[in-house]
Amino acid sequence: MTLGVAGAAAVYTLRAADDCLVLSHRLAQWSSWAPTLEDDIALTNIALDLLGQARGLYARTAELDATGRSEDDYAFLRDEREFVNCLLVEQENGDFATTTVRQLLCSTFQLALWQSLTTSTDEQLAAIAAKAVTETTYHRDHATDWTLRLGDGTAESHERMEAALATLWPYTAELFESDAVSQEASILGVGPDPESLHPEWHGYVTRVLGDATLVVPQSTWKPSGGRQGLHTEPFGYMLAEMQHLHRSFPGVTW
Amino acid sequence: MSEETPAPLWEVFIRSKRGLAHNHVGSLHAPDAEMALRNARDVYTRRMEGVSIWVVPSAMITASSPDEKDSFFDPAADKPYRHPTFYSIPKEVQQL
Repeated sequence: MTLGVAGAAAVYTLRAADDCLVLSHRLAQWSSWAPTLEDDIALTNIALDLLGQARGLYARTAELDATGRSEDDYAFLRDEREFVNCLLVEQENGDFATTTVRQLLCSTFQLALWQSLTTSTDEQLAAIAAKAVTETTYHRDHATDWTLRLGDGTAESHERMEAALATLWPYTAELFESDAVSQEASILGVGPDPESLHPEWHGYVTRVLGDATLVVPQSTWKPSGGRQGLHTEPFGYMLAEMQHLHRSFPGVTW
Repeated sequence: MSEETPAPLWEVFIRSKRGLAHNHVGSLHAPDAEMALRNARDVYTRRMEGVSIWVVPSAMITASSPDEKDSFFDPAADKPYRHPTFYSIPKEVQQL
């Protein structure tokens, strides 16, 4: 159960916001650790884009759920069970191949979502999406480029990409789950039911993986629960790290 | 990308707006031209510095030698008549 947020549009928006924030923080964890200085900056650039997208979406959520909460309230003062991001974005960075695969899977989904949201009946969401389209187009290009290089690269890079795909692919099913919230949002014209984004996502991802000489895993395990606040173990640790400063020093700025 | 064989070095040139020349802004490492361009975008245009990027393999640049500084540059020092100082430049011309 999502706490303190009323209405399908609010929950729908919050889901997209949490996806952005959590993925942003995961990418920010690469800061100073990426394989090269150039990609260190590239990954943190993408993280900042996602953070900006999250901020806009949290501000809109606060209006929709009429709680008047601030962006900080959503980011730093909710507990794990109140986050409604998908499980894929919270998966640990692993090696660079794992992060690359996660980026390909996530940014392809997000780009399809933003493109569809540009025609939302909610004008603010449409405006946020319109700005996000150009940013996420680049995120997907970046991930695509690295997927081709690493998948069709050396024996070791190929092996690592296959391992990353095997780890992350099962979590993609959850992206396209339809439930009462997404159906209501779709009927209201707020945004697409994620289910409807699957053909485009699947077409793009399988084409890139094919070009990268990678095989799409056959997986019957479809972990789920993120949209209901049921998360994987590493997420708690990530939240603790992300939230501790704000909770220890409420309202701190620097 | 291993440390034993660093990727080749590239020089980055950015045009800050249409009508101006590309200026050298720095260098970076990348395995090929496509990624050099991508890296340049990420490293050097984060704050809207440019509308166009060139990347050039550093090895392709032939530079003048500091040893030849005197013979190369000093002869121009005492030839003020080479400066077009007798023309007045219209105020509207911002970049020349």
